[in-house]
Amino acid sequence: MSELHHLTLAELAAGLRARRFSSVELTKHFLDRIARFNPDINAFITVTAEQALAAAEAADKRLAAGESTPLLGVPIAHKDIFCTDGVLTTCASRMLANFVAPYDATVVERLASAGAVSLGKANMDEFAMGSSNETSYFGPVKNPWDTKKVPGGSSGGSAAAVAARLAPAATATDTGGSIRQPAALTGLTGIKPTYGRVSRYGMIAFASSLDQAGTLTYTAQDAALLLGVMAGFDPRDSTSVDVPVPDYLATLEQPLAGLKIGLLKEFFEKGLEEQSAKLVREALAVYEKLGAKLVEVSLPNLPLSVPTYYVVAPAECSSNLSRFDGVRFGYRCENPTDLLDLYTRSRGEGFGAEVKRRIMTGTYVLSAGYYDAYYLKAQKVRRLIADDFARAFKEVDVLMGPTSPTTAFDIGAKVDDPITMYLNDIYTIGANLAGLPAMSIPCGFAGGLPVGLQIIGPHFSEAKLLNVAHGYQRETDWHRQMPSAYA
Amino acid sequence: MPSWETVIGLEIHAQLATKSKIFSGSSTAYGAAPNTQANLVDLGYPGVLPVLNREAVRMAVKFGLAIGANIARRSIFARKNYFYPDLPKGYQISQYEKPIVEHGRLEIVLEDGSRKTIGITRAHLEEDAGKSLHEDFHGLSGIDLNRAGTPLLEIVSEPDMRSAKEAVAYMKKIHTLVRYLEICDGNMQEGSFRCDANVSVRPVGQEKFGTRCEIKNLNSFRFIERAINYEVARQIEILENGGTIRQETRLYDPDKGETRALRSKEEANDYRYFPDPDLLPLALDDEFIESVRSTLPELPDEKAARYVEQFGLSAYDAGVLTASREMGDYYEAVVDKLGGHAKLAANWVMGELSGALNKENLDITQSRIDPERLAGLLARIVDETISGKIAKDVFELMWSEGRTADEIIEAEGLKQITDTGAIEKFIDEVMAANPKQLAEYRSGKDKLFGFFVGQVMKQTGGKANPAQVNELLKKKLSG
Repeated sequence: MSELHHLTLAELAAGLRARRFSSVELTKHFLDRIARFNPDINAFITVTAEQALAAAEAADKRLAAGESTPLLGVPIAHKDIFCTDGVLTTCASRMLANFVAPYDATVVERLASAGAVSLGKANMDEFAMGSSNETSYFGPVKNPWDTKKVPGGSSGGSAAAVAARLAPAATATDTGGSIRQPAALTGLTGIKPTYGRVSRYGMIAFASSLDQAGTLTYTAQDAALLLGVMAGFDPRDSTSVDVPVPDYLATLEQPLAGLKIGLLKEFFEKGLEEQSAKLVREALAVYEKLGAKLVEVSLPNLPLSVPTYYVVAPAECSSNLSRFDGVRFGYRCENPTDLLDLYTRSRGEGFGAEVKRRIMTGTYVLSAGYYDAYYLKAQKVRRLIADDFARAFKEVDVLMGPTSPTTAFDIGAKVDDPITMYLNDIYTIGANLAGLPAMSIPCGFAGGLPVGLQIIGPHFSEAKLLNVAHGYQRETDWHRQMPSAYA
Repeated sequence: MPSWETVIGLEIHAQLATKSKIFSGSSTAYGAAPNTQANLVDLGYPGVLPVLNREAVRMAVKFGLAIGANIARRSIFARKNYFYPDLPKGYQISQYEKPIVEHGRLEIVLEDGSRKTIGITRAHLEEDAGKSLHEDFHGLSGIDLNRAGTPLLEIVSEPDMRSAKEAVAYMKKIHTLVRYLEICDGNMQEGSFRCDANVSVRPVGQEKFGTRCEIKNLNSFRFIERAINYEVARQIEILENGGTIRQETRLYDPDKGETRALRSKEEANDYRYFPDPDLLPLALDDEFIESVRSTLPELPDEKAARYVEQFGLSAYDAGVLTASREMGDYYEAVVDKLGGHAKLAANWVMGELSGALNKENLDITQSRIDPERLAGLLARIVDETISGKIAKDVFELMWSEGRTADEIIEAEGLKQITDTGAIEKFIDEVMAANPKQLAEYRSGKDKLFGFFVGQVMKQTGGKANPAQVNELLKKKLSG
């Protein structure tokens, strides 16, 4: 049974249904691993052992009664950005270090009703602002492939937990690459669905027009399994879209012959590490072997993604985070002398440096006299970038390129240089600005560290992306590699 | 010294009469214990999202159609960002650049009977904030978020009004209209209907507007008139003493009857408006707009015109009787039961009935006499069972005792005396008892006619038919 953590989510679900092991055994196995390894990598903020075991017991009873919801008895972890009823929900911030959510996010609710067992809440960058998981109030997360390295961010805890096999899968969110970049840096499969595909209700907002929930798993098949449960219209989220959710598992095996792949020219220009470039090209060769056609595609406005994003996202966050004022919940400074003191000290002490930097940037770009020059202009550029993608998808089925310009970097290397840190998201931000679904899948190792291949598709093409990712994973075994210390 | 012209524009906040809040399912009912009608969305909890109440949209469109405005096929919700403890999210969801209603107009009637059209720039949907309570907390403030998220329609006029009286007439007209449309209860004490007034003055003949001040949160017609008049006098005094007006927000203190500065333009918040990314642009199609149009009731102006046409009322009377939908309904019910005599009915509804209601601070729906009973009383005037004067006494008894007119007339023996012989008998008695006055009258002192009428009426306990008394007296007195 010691190999339970080598099995994929799909294999675990099948094993539970076949009664080869129980949910309690499985849950204990992962709780034991968390107890043993989490101190190394700091992937979890909260571990809900008791609740997990109770849920596992209930799942075992239902399994014994012959029930079979898609995830019945399977343990998972939730990024600590999702509200969980009665459980600490911190967003990795001092501001919410004492916040017990009074309700479940839609994502949490849907996974629970499909039978998933929550192991706990995964560490992340504070309020999902960061690309290295170093901005967490609860300390940095370490990359299981090399604990001196960052796991990427902001979903670094979710990624590290799954990569170290402390959980077979985890939920995550992606505002500018926060699922895909950690997936790439930790050798996982990550999917950020189309904006509006998964409800944002109960997901603590960073930048509302960009935030989207997705998953971190070993395989595309596991992603298909989870996403099928999470996706769908939610009347509580006005931006969720009422489009039917296809059976993602049903189309995984479709042949890829004739697939038209667009190579993102701009992604192979300056800044991309040579080794990573080589691995991405090798992955593309695998697709060619499967009968896909490669076409070079140029998205001329794509290089404007980073500055556009760093206007739009801070603008929205500056407003979204105003509710953290020390009045109704969360951190409140000691002995406030008056209202202004309550506000300034609660927020000054409750938020970390990166969050403050973005609130200030956002406040500035929305200010009278600057709105047109920054916010309005950024929205126009955003439109142009979306148009670039739309044009490209008239020619090709999917776009491919690297997920991240570099492999995992040293903890502390970029913390004092926000601009260099921001450039980490240069390949991932475009999909968020255009609201497109995108994935990262492992495609090899450079210097012992994982490298990710990014796949971007048109709106609501998740089934196609998963099919394309799965096709590659049938030909390769990068996604089954494990960091030896946690094997 | 130049003479000064006042320029006024109003921003009216009408609370929409929806059952639930504009972006959450909480109840909007007034008067509940503090913070019992605020759910996680109203409290601005982490992760929650707004969902637009379609009923609020329907009501805004209804208003827009009633003022002949453009209904935006696409309007946008924006965030108005500022920190205040009764604003849970740190921003108010409102409409900024693209409101749902634009370019409407409304006609007001002034005291001299002249008419004036006031332009309505826009009307937009927004959520209300909660309430900060500064009393009873020993130097601290309490926050009640029951009102947070209540739907408001903010109705912004053009600076078209030139006196406090015009402003009040306009505000009353909007008040009437929103109640006709059943989109706002109009309750000013509870704050369901309130306004901010932008006031400036300029020398007569000058085209450019003067610097304006905004007077906040006026919640009675009387206060609006007083506040504006105070503010106009204040501004004129400053200008005539060579000073300049500072653009600022002012508060009206009803106890002192004056306005005082709240904050200057320089101190004003930069609200950092931007489109709310949690809400999609509000798209309305023609089908929806037409479906709302089909629910529009007869509007006050249409109703008043009909009263003039159908009932032969004066424009003034028609205006009074259509001031509220309920008043019109009551009046028409009286005419209907009475089978005509519309002017008589109008006089009684505007006269005795309104007087009785005002005395007890009741509105027409709380009247102690329903339209059928009032018609029952008027029918006895029409068929000359009682005189108008006796009818007033009967009315008072009906009001206080709840009996019908016929019951009272019967029980109190108030039936009018119309028998010529009987009246002549009373006249003969009066003449016999007053020989001196009779002689004076006959020698040319016509004024004494009234004396004889009074005496006869007194003798009959007011029950004699006055017209008959007049006629018979004339005949008899002249010998």
